[in-house]
Amino acid sequence: MTEGSSSVAIAWFLGFVAITLGITYWAARKTRSTRDYFAAGEAISAVQNGFALAGDYMSAASFLGIAGLVATSGFDGLIYSVGWLVGWPVITFLIAEPLRNLGKYTFADVVAYRLRQRPIRIAAAASTLTVVTFYLIAQMVGAGNLIRLMFGLSYETALIIVGSVMLAYVLFGGMIATTWVQIIKAVLLLLGATLLAVLVLAQFGMNPLALFAAAKEQYGTGVLAPGKLVANPLEAISLGIALMFGCAGLPHILMRFYTVPDAKTARRSVAYATSLIGFFYLVTFILGFGASVLVGRKAIIAVDAGGNMAAPLLAGVLGGTGFLGFISAVAFATILAVVAGLTLSGAAALAHDLWGHVVRKGKVDEREQLKVARLATVGLAVLAICLGLVFQGQNVAFMVGLAFSIAASANFPALLLSMLWRRFSTRGAVASMVTGTVSSLVLITLSPTVWKDLLHNGEAIIPLKNPGIITVPLSFLVAIVVSLLTPEPEAQAGFDAAQRRMTFGPEDSLPG
Amino acid sequence: MEGRDAALAAVLKKRWRIGATLTAVMMLAYFGFILLVAFGKEEAGTLLADGRVSVGIVVGAIVIVIAPVLTAVYVRWANRVYDPAIDAARKRG
Repeated sequence: MTEGSSSVAIAWFLGFVAITLGITYWAARKTRSTRDYFAAGEAISAVQNGFALAGDYMSAASFLGIAGLVATSGFDGLIYSVGWLVGWPVITFLIAEPLRNLGKYTFADVVAYRLRQRPIRIAAAASTLTVVTFYLIAQMVGAGNLIRLMFGLSYETALIIVGSVMLAYVLFGGMIATTWVQIIKAVLLLLGATLLAVLVLAQFGMNPLALFAAAKEQYGTGVLAPGKLVANPLEAISLGIALMFGCAGLPHILMRFYTVPDAKTARRSVAYATSLIGFFYLVTFILGFGASVLVGRKAIIAVDAGGNMAAPLLAGVLGGTGFLGFISAVAFATILAVVAGLTLSGAAALAHDLWGHVVRKGKVDEREQLKVARLATVGLAVLAICLGLVFQGQNVAFMVGLAFSIAASANFPALLLSMLWRRFSTRGAVASMVTGTVSSLVLITLSPTVWKDLLHNGEAIIPLKNPGIITVPLSFLVAIVVSLLTPEPEAQAGFDAAQRRMTFGPEDSLPG
Repeated sequence: MEGRDAALAAVLKKRWRIGATLTAVMMLAYFGFILLVAFGKEEAGTLLADGRVSVGIVVGAIVIVIAPVLTAVYVRWANRVYDPAIDAARKRG
């Protein structure tokens, strides 16, 4: 990256930080209760939450990574784009509304509603923190590398900047600031990516087919056909299961549904989010092809072997130094926003689930809980920076897949069954969450990515890179068998009340 | 009382049924795409429109478009049928 684009990028980035810190100052003055800190006072609108959800989800990995994958391998990138999107309708159809009506700050609120609080809270907090930790490692290591490439800063400096700015958002501004950071980031990212795609298409008479034809001309017919990514069908289906159901078990995504006033708004917000994210993935596909034709694969790989710089380089070719700087700054802002959302959901698990319900057994003073939440936030920010340093130079791409696998097998089955099944018991829920977390961790450790490529232990014991096809059904099975073996009359008796509340929401939960 | 609860229960049941059906449609579309890519590499690579696009790209793009469309179908149903039914039950209460 040239001097000129670096300084433009830094200027854009400083502008973003200045505006978002200004918002944080405003948000800090509005943040008085845990309801403000964790749920933005439940005052976010459907459109706002739609953008915030999209902002939470569209990470630098999906922007730079997918564009890069499409640029370097063509069609195969599309397989990822589709996978990342298909979990969203599932959230809409099954999860969003009952979750909003039944819970307060975390998904554990829903699972624990009629079950025994402490065991559920401990298991849910453990799976939440595991998901958040792996997701954070992937984001922080990615952040360090990308910022080094784009801004010429050292890896350590990049981590400290990301960690401290994110800490400022979450610590002082809580969910209100975090939501607005997500919204601004989502708007910038969508605008930047769309503008870039329009510039690409303008070179091809605004016709994507002409772009594909040009790519085919340059790289052969293979660019439009499935390549090496899906070598093993079972592998592809396994990853697909983790992506599809993991999305509906991601703590930082689920938490967003508590920021809106009611279930109807939650429903509308996830519909907006699905459209925005779907549109975004179509755009990244265009960007990837655009980069392969207009920048060239050789030039892209020369800068970064993973292809991550495809979109920024494309911006440089089409819009000059200024646009390259803008896109780089947007990518930086993207990382910052995702990390903030993750940290806040980790803090909610610690302060609300563990401190509030396990240590204080549900009788906790507002001010004390807010203090614990802020302490937890500081702890998580420090942890994020340390993890980033520890995992420097490691290939951590598999960790996002691992986070999705745990979310899909530890959180999703427990969440769904607690809403739907009268006989679901505390022991069944705990067993299912523990099974989901532990089996995902064990199977990923034995997988080719870790066992063979990372630990160099020879052939992998489990041939699957992502264990979703085993862990998700296993977790459902354990939940059902253990629940049937340990009937819990009180939990069954509470099912009708839970159903009413799922339907009518907290205020007027009792018709007739 | 009994009749009202039965009407409410029917609407709740219908919401889960519609949710499950739409989830199944989404799964069918997505895993159909994955299976096409995994087992039908030839077919997915078949060129269309004067060789300027492949079956795989068209199908993938359709699956991406299906996601928000199915979501919109559900939201429309919920706004028109589910919400009024719930509001009516709430008023009766």
